[in-house]
Amino acid sequence: MPAKPTTGILSILKTAVVNALIALVLFSLMVGIRTEAGSDGQLTYWMRFGELASLVAVVFGGSIVIELLRQWIGPSGTEKLVPPAVQSGMAFVGRFLAPALLIFALLVPVIFYNQRYILDLAILVLTYVMLGWGLNVVVGLAGLLDLGYVAFYAVGAYSYALLATNFDWSFWICLPLAGILAALWGVMLGFPVLRLRGDYLAIVTLAFGEIIRLVIINWQELTGGPNGVPGIPRPTLFGIPLDNSDDGLAARLGIEYSPTHRIVFLFYLILALALLTNWVTIRLRRLPIGRAWEALREDEVACRALGINTTTTKLTAFATGAMFGGLAGAFFATRQGFISPESFTFQESALVLAIVVLGGMGSQLGVALAALTMIGGFELFRGLETYRMLVFGMAMVLIMIWRPRGLIGHRAPTVYLTKAKAISSDLVKEGHG
Amino acid sequence: MSGEKILGVDQLTMRFGGIVAVHDLSFAAERRKITALIGPNGAGKTTVFNCITGFYRPTGGAIRLTHDDGKQIALERLNDFRIAKQAKVARTFQNIRLFPGMTALENLMVAQHNALMRASGFTFLGLIGVPTYRSAEVHAIELATEWLRRVNLLDRADDAAGNLAYGDQRRLEIARAMCTEPALLCLDEPAAGLNARESAALSELLLSIRDEKGTSILLIEHDMSVVMEISDHIVVMDHGVKIAEGSPREVRDDPKVIAAYLGTDEEEAMAVMESGS
Amino acid sequence: MDYFAQQLINGLVLGSIYGLIAIGYTMVYGIVGMINFAHGDIFMIGGFIALITFLILISLGLTAIPVILLVVLLVSMAITALYGWTIERIAYRPLRHSFRLAPMLSAIGMSFVLTNYSQVAQGARVKPIPPFITGGYTLHESPDGFVIQLSNIQIMVVLTTIVLLAIFTWLVSRTRLGRDMRACEQDQTMAALLGVDVDRTISMTFVIGAALAAVAGLMYLLYYGLVDFFMGFVAGIKAFTAAVLGGIGSLPGAMLGGLAIGLIETFWSAYFSVEYKDVAAFSILIVVLIFMPTGLLGRPEVEKV
Repeated sequence: MPAKPTTGILSILKTAVVNALIALVLFSLMVGIRTEAGSDGQLTYWMRFGELASLVAVVFGGSIVIELLRQWIGPSGTEKLVPPAVQSGMAFVGRFLAPALLIFALLVPVIFYNQRYILDLAILVLTYVMLGWGLNVVVGLAGLLDLGYVAFYAVGAYSYALLATNFDWSFWICLPLAGILAALWGVMLGFPVLRLRGDYLAIVTLAFGEIIRLVIINWQELTGGPNGVPGIPRPTLFGIPLDNSDDGLAARLGIEYSPTHRIVFLFYLILALALLTNWVTIRLRRLPIGRAWEALREDEVACRALGINTTTTKLTAFATGAMFGGLAGAFFATRQGFISPESFTFQESALVLAIVVLGGMGSQLGVALAALTMIGGFELFRGLETYRMLVFGMAMVLIMIWRPRGLIGHRAPTVYLTKAKAISSDLVKEGHG
Repeated sequence: MSGEKILGVDQLTMRFGGIVAVHDLSFAAERRKITALIGPNGAGKTTVFNCITGFYRPTGGAIRLTHDDGKQIALERLNDFRIAKQAKVARTFQNIRLFPGMTALENLMVAQHNALMRASGFTFLGLIGVPTYRSAEVHAIELATEWLRRVNLLDRADDAAGNLAYGDQRRLEIARAMCTEPALLCLDEPAAGLNARESAALSELLLSIRDEKGTSILLIEHDMSVVMEISDHIVVMDHGVKIAEGSPREVRDDPKVIAAYLGTDEEEAMAVMESGS
Repeated sequence: MDYFAQQLINGLVLGSIYGLIAIGYTMVYGIVGMINFAHGDIFMIGGFIALITFLILISLGLTAIPVILLVVLLVSMAITALYGWTIERIAYRPLRHSFRLAPMLSAIGMSFVLTNYSQVAQGARVKPIPPFITGGYTLHESPDGFVIQLSNIQIMVVLTTIVLLAIFTWLVSRTRLGRDMRACEQDQTMAALLGVDVDRTISMTFVIGAALAAVAGLMYLLYYGLVDFFMGFVAGIKAFTAAVLGGIGSLPGAMLGGLAIGLIETFWSAYFSVEYKDVAAFSILIVVLIFMPTGLLGRPEVEKV
């Protein structure tokens, strides 16, 4: 807990004692006493002095450490501490980081061929990289805050699941359809919220995401409700199934069947989808529509004065972002083989948004790094299921305090005359929406 | 008034709740001329601008824009972006509105949005990189470069607009408006905050826009040295109504104008009179 | 008609609870200009603390219901207020002059922290309490046997809300603190120049908002007889809807909006479908924001060019 910067051992101790006392009051009832409904429905409780004492001790010790660190580093915060030489060094690394990451990504199935766990994790990370890049169009480029992005992910997933299970349509037909349907939903959401700004836009998109989820839960005849949609067909290599049947890929190639084939295939599928998202986004940024998105983020009034139709510009941003979300959703459905509303909660939206913001609003490389960090970090706490979201929430708070502008804090210009100079994020606006 | 009319404002009235910001205002701006709209603070000048450029919908009255080909456009019926897109009216803002996180060049590219949008086949052709779009983009960069040269910002082309000095930002905003290739350029206090040298350069720039590009200019300005030097026609407003109009000389000697300025701001009144002597 | 009257009563009670939470949103938004996403979870924490205090008092052998209620009220208000204060210090104050998305994400993070802290500390299962305040009045009995009930707990919820609202309105309009709050709402820099302790005023806003949310938590616990760790999210969004509907920044508006949302939700459940009651509430939020972004009692915002 923060306190005014002061000097001397005594004042540090005093701060620590005060913080420990606050912690004692905060945790006294919530941690010190555990309630549970017994078998007869009667509530019982028991004391947990040990846990309470150790938490207070942690706060006490933590306060001392933080205060000491603060005195060493100085009160002015850590933001400006990175020397320019290091910064330019980082920029140098940054130039080679993206190709290195790409090569590494391409080689992942080769390096980790027999490690199913790592392949699954890599697929998960790539799914979030794609979602992050998709949301980046809306939030990072157009500056429209979307807290309901998971809705489009859900639309894509359910589109594929329902089309495939009801009509036996192939994945390769459903994939573009899922994208188009999600884009249509993006426009549907976009229309009413065109006039909204800032936090209001955020809350309306959040409500929209929740509505979609609640409809999926309650429209049982169509969606199966909370039970979800089981038995979603696995993807095929353009018609050739990846199983150990006689006309499966393994049989046709005359090699021994292994379930890893499908995992590797899924890995390259999501890698291709993510790279498509990246390629399209990078191209769009250099097209008039992409520049208009960024201009919209910078100043909407000026855009209108220049004859830019802000309505269609916003709608295309929503539609494009939603389309990528829908494609990722269709992939998710085919990978899981089963989907239910539980996969499309607000926490998913918040996670993707956190990836975009941590990545540095508009930076493609930053988003990829952020997805790797967040999902990888998330995975570390897999064993502690209930603590995961707790840690995730704390991480969000700490990251915002540490780097409110994200990992990559500059913007690359889309066109230049003599030399492309990176633009400091202090100048780049965050949009009104 | 003689000559061909580009903009006709007829009995324009703008009310906000109970407040009448502009009342029954009529004036005209001539083609290839610089028309200045002056008046004390709070006279309603910016409101008139916002009505002309579609940011406000007038309570009453008509605003007509006549293009070179004789086509008339009723501006009071068009809303915001269509005025810039179809009627070809561009504007700048009193409190500079650039895209600060984009480079000077990018700012000028955004201004050519509609032309580039068509060339990119509404994004789809541009996405697959057709040659027509590439040549359109090269052309757009050339136009932007020309304007950067004109406003003397060529060496700052790749710098963020937000990093430019104040006077540079003012000029960049004018260049950006000109990149939309407007028929009428509306400038809201372009000389505000400029020093004497920068003001003189601005006057020169505006004259060259009028004479070389043939663009008509409508100007709100407090800097009387600029107004008196470059204006072909001056409209004076006070409390939402027109109190005088005419050539710089006529306006300068009009007792009503002097009274309006004296009644509100002595310094400006002195400026009006001094610039005449 | 009788059914309608019964639903009206139920809706007003639910609306009072939403209104109490909505005040916290509206105050914080008014002064700091951010949606305190964690506020719904503060309400949940308030409910839990009330529950635990109840248990302790009862196991200590106390039987006087008014005494128990008073102690529970004060304890949960005090501790929950400290939660509000701490969250502002940790998660929002360092970001006050940062860019706009940062405090919002920090608030979302804080909301996750509180939800899961509660789950970890108290378990995921619903915590029921036996009906504590029983009895009530039969207002009307129709020939076909339908009875309009007004229970004591309903009376208590509404009365408490009215009393708190009165105290609170007095606080904001008549005291030094209230004046400081209104000054900070208008212009923080100017308020600071004129000697208003902005940090302290903002802290107090969070403290008061959290205390009111704690009261709402207690009322919820008494009225529904249960709490769980996830109840803050939906209640929070609905209360925010109420704040927006009433006109964000306006205290009477928050109460009015709360009542409106409570009534709409109750009537929707009664006459249309229970499953879609949350969809109805969220749809209203969207419709209100689009067509009436300033709400019922809010100040209009003019676009400056």
